[in-house]
Amino acid sequence: MDVTAALPLPASARRTRLRRGWRKVGFAISVAIIVSPAILVFLWMLSLSIKTEVESTAYPPVFIPDAPTLHNFVQVFAENSMGLYFWNSIVVSGLATLVALVVGIPAGYGIARAQAHKLTVLILIARMTPALSYLIPLFTVFQLLGLNNTLTALVITHLVITVPIVVYIMAGHFETLPKELEEAALIDGGSVWTAFRYVALPLARPGIIVGTILAFIFSWNNFVFGAVLAGRATRTLPAAVYNVLTFEQLAWGPLAAAALVVTVPVLLLTIVIQK
Amino acid sequence: MAAVAHPGFLARRHRSYYLFIAPALIVIGAVIIFPWLFTVWMSLFDWTIGSVAHFVGLANYVGLATNQRFIESIVHTFYFTALAVVVPLILGLVAALIFHREFPFRGLLRGIFTMPMMATPVAVALVWTMMFHPQQGVLNYLLSLVGLPASLWVYSPTWVIPSLVLVEIWHWTPLVMLIILGGLAALPTEPYESARLDGASEWQLFRYITLPLIAPFLVVAAVIRTIDALKAFDTIYVISQGGPGTASETINLYLYLQAFAFYNVGNASAVVVVFFAIILALALLLLYVRQRARWT
Repeated sequence: MDVTAALPLPASARRTRLRRGWRKVGFAISVAIIVSPAILVFLWMLSLSIKTEVESTAYPPVFIPDAPTLHNFVQVFAENSMGLYFWNSIVVSGLATLVALVVGIPAGYGIARAQAHKLTVLILIARMTPALSYLIPLFTVFQLLGLNNTLTALVITHLVITVPIVVYIMAGHFETLPKELEEAALIDGGSVWTAFRYVALPLARPGIIVGTILAFIFSWNNFVFGAVLAGRATRTLPAAVYNVLTFEQLAWGPLAAAALVVTVPVLLLTIVIQK
Repeated sequence: MAAVAHPGFLARRHRSYYLFIAPALIVIGAVIIFPWLFTVWMSLFDWTIGSVAHFVGLANYVGLATNQRFIESIVHTFYFTALAVVVPLILGLVAALIFHREFPFRGLLRGIFTMPMMATPVAVALVWTMMFHPQQGVLNYLLSLVGLPASLWVYSPTWVIPSLVLVEIWHWTPLVMLIILGGLAALPTEPYESARLDGASEWQLFRYITLPLIAPFLVVAAVIRTIDALKAFDTIYVISQGGPGTASETINLYLYLQAFAFYNVGNASAVVVVFFAIILALALLLLYVRQRARWT
């Protein structure tokens, strides 16, 4: 009895340490639970894309293929002209982003310095309108001009995505830049253009990089514009990937390979942006 | 303030700032404002591409008010939106609380967690289409591992919308997490210290300090999520095409069919205007909330 009475302090200390240990394990498990859906879906996509047709439709499912193959990738590039569609996507998203930068960077600067906040409201509303709402009028006009099924029509339509993003990000970014340096340039007799070109623009590089990457990603990911406006030869990658589904209902390997081809560039850009 | 002394100088400067904005305004006018006006105008016509347009006034809107299929699509949209807002909000809050703590590999794990939100929606939809497959899909296999009966997923009229929401949750919870994480990062430390001294439990700290302080961020996440869920198109179109039957046909899907399967531009434009009114109301709510929460 004396012995047990002498021990309560170390015992309770051990108990709290134990409880803290359990808490740590519980926390690790909750981290695993919350992260695993993200990683598992991508791994499943990868697994499907490097499996043979037999393995990819096997039941119970094969998680790690016995004989990984690149055959599915070869097939989508050879039979579904993925190379052409990849190039189409680069041209459309690249040009739409470029035009957005040319008009959007000065506009963001003008909005920030003239305090023209009504324009940001316009841009917010534009961002919130469903893409299909723009598509009907533009489709009708392109029909009249004979521009349907051309890359030009796609580039113009993708401006709906890229211009608001660039203007919005640049306006926000220029507002965080100090005005004093530009004021100094103006007092020294420089024009507003000189202040913008030689003072504000070099300082805005981080904002420009973020704006460029986000505009490119959102344009790259867009499906419905390509699906409606493009012809067989002018499809963008997401529309082309969807067509792999409709033509080969249960060819899971090529489907997963195509899905991976369209997603990987975006994930790489995301890693760049996080750095 | 010194500029007040030179009002002409300031006005000239302001005019040149508008020159900076002009090119973007021209582009926005052509690809955004023109389609808005065109849509409102076309909604007053009975016009199918390839035929002659007839002015019909508000007949398209009257037709929509009694169109059973359109009204059902609104119901589907709201059902989908409610689920696709509430669940990501709760999960995003939990995830944000987890990622707010310090632990090994936090940056890497957060990067992995946010990957889905950047992935191309069509690619995501295709992978989920394969996972939902009732016979060979991996989801039914996982259900069988834990002893649950197989589900028809998107092939069942009852389960199609919850299944599509599952994709939406996977895709967009990271965005909610990032918004709330931003709120958590801005929290002051003093209230916690004094509350701990008063012997408050972890739950009380969360309930009475954290939650009220991050409430503005939760509201912003909720509104952004509401708008995105209303706009959802790619995943629904790829996975279920509004089916089986019309069980998962949302406003956007109905709109797509009217416009690009039936080329019924007049009617589709009226759908756009009604849809736009719903979204605009929420956009104004977002701005109102932003102002109140001073969120930037």
